[in-house]
Amino acid sequence: MRRSLLSAVPLVALLLAACGSSATSDPGSSSPAPASSAASSPSADPCAPASLATVTAGKLTIGTDKPAYPPYFVDDTPSNGKGFESAVAYAVAKQLGYTNDAVTWTVVPFNNSYAPGKKSFDFDINQISITPERAKVVTFSDGYYTVNQAVVSLTTSKIAGAKTLAELQAAKLGAQVGTTSLKYIQDDIKPAAQPSVFNDSAAATAALKNGQIDGLVVDLPTAYYITAAELDNGKIVGQFPGVAGPDAEQFGMLFQKDNPLATCVNQALASLQASGDLQKIQDQWLAGVDAPYFAS
Amino acid sequence: MTPVTPDVGSPYVDPVRRDLMHRKARRDVLVASASLVAFVVVAVVFVSTAPGWPTVQELFFSGESFSASIGEVLSAFWLNVRIFLIAEPAILVLALAIALVRGTSAPVMFPLRVIAAIYTDIFRGIPTILLVLLLGFGVPALNSDGITNEPLVWGTVALVLSYSAYVAEVFRAGIESVHPSQRSAARSLGLSASQTSRYVVLPQAIRRVVPPLLNDFISLQKDTALVSVIGPIEALRQAQIDSSFTFNFTPYVCAALLFIALTVPMTRFADWLNARAAKQRNAGGSA
Repeated sequence: MRRSLLSAVPLVALLLAACGSSATSDPGSSSPAPASSAASSPSADPCAPASLATVTAGKLTIGTDKPAYPPYFVDDTPSNGKGFESAVAYAVAKQLGYTNDAVTWTVVPFNNSYAPGKKSFDFDINQISITPERAKVVTFSDGYYTVNQAVVSLTTSKIAGAKTLAELQAAKLGAQVGTTSLKYIQDDIKPAAQPSVFNDSAAATAALKNGQIDGLVVDLPTAYYITAAELDNGKIVGQFPGVAGPDAEQFGMLFQKDNPLATCVNQALASLQASGDLQKIQDQWLAGVDAPYFAS
Repeated sequence: MTPVTPDVGSPYVDPVRRDLMHRKARRDVLVASASLVAFVVVAVVFVSTAPGWPTVQELFFSGESFSASIGEVLSAFWLNVRIFLIAEPAILVLALAIALVRGTSAPVMFPLRVIAAIYTDIFRGIPTILLVLLLGFGVPALNSDGITNEPLVWGTVALVLSYSAYVAEVFRAGIESVHPSQRSAARSLGLSASQTSRYVVLPQAIRRVVPPLLNDFISLQKDTALVSVIGPIEALRQAQIDSSFTFNFTPYVCAALLFIALTVPMTRFADWLNARAAKQRNAGGSA
């Protein structure tokens, strides 16, 4: 009796396998056809809110990390429209035809933004730099801001007066994990001591105050915020000259791979650029963000 | 005179029964193999026919990403090993001291006993990552002369403080599990209290708790990754860095494999010790 039960186990297992493979072998049953509906009514704008296939129909869901730091967001409240990235996001949404009420924000930790599977947002705006390797996994919009890296230190630090790359190489530097700032340290500055890496800018600032690192490498707007708001005796030691032209480091919005919404957002960004609105937003929220350049 | 069912290892087995046992063993092996093969086939078919499998394979098991990141993750892993090798003896010493203090009964030792009890309560209650942050950023912020600012030092100290609380309880359980007759016998032979502890109770206690101790140390091996929150780059952090540049998760799989490679020998060793301890305890048991 027991023997026959045992020999039934492999049979049951094989049956389950057969069920599993037949359920996944349906050809072509999962092809939605928004293109055909757009083609049938040629006057409908494929980028209008009515015809966009967003996460929630008729609403635009934008993701960003928490806490959302200045000068990109204000008061950790992306929905108040203040802050550089919040303003850019609402400008793009308005260009696409979404009212401010139709925009919802969702918290997306940076690591989750590029995780596989269906995204919970239409696009993510979180100071994410566009790189070719990342573009293989997700789709980026065109750049909306060209980034330069800068170094922050205490005024009492040994690199407070550094003017050249060589002076930085002798220092203990730090950066936030996952940032191109860290890559910049490893590829361009190449210090003698291994850099320290932190989860967020709060931890990095704490280490700077403790003297556990001599200098912190961050993008220029964040450097401006840290020296203005977080540190009592901080200064921006200098900024690095960025690469000019198409290889310049730029922030882009992150989309699910091959999301058609990216094309629409690119059109919106292009018209904001042409009308000068993008520059106006940058002048409003990133005014005074400047520093002397390092000599190599 | 019916033959008594013998233990394994006994020289004489009734031939009829022996044949039956061999036939059953062969059948059992056949069924087990068939079941294993069917299980593996089902698992492989189920996973590889899932519609998202090529994406998962590319993102988690990419050969190219693996070979690109394994070198850096391996050299960062050496930091985990160093932290582990330094923390482990420190934990053993501190935990044994705490356990012994808690086991004293002299009234003069009362304040120390209370401190030891409070220590175990507090440091078992605080999550280890909080302790690493508090000590790694908090102590250097005091800015006292003579105290190092080095994050690695304070991270290791935090791990030692946290794990000593757990290991002290393990030691205490081991000491209390030694039968009181051992202590009485030792005292009646003329050994003083400290001599009894040193020559009779502790050797037995420690031998008993080596398997659960190894559990705690395997857990410590993985918790060395927590030191990364205050700055040092260890294996998991290096994997996170590589992963964030390429948006690929294979570096995490690299780091996981390295941790497993370190943990599995210790786990098998712990199993072997467990089996040996059980055999020693039950040796000559059946009367």
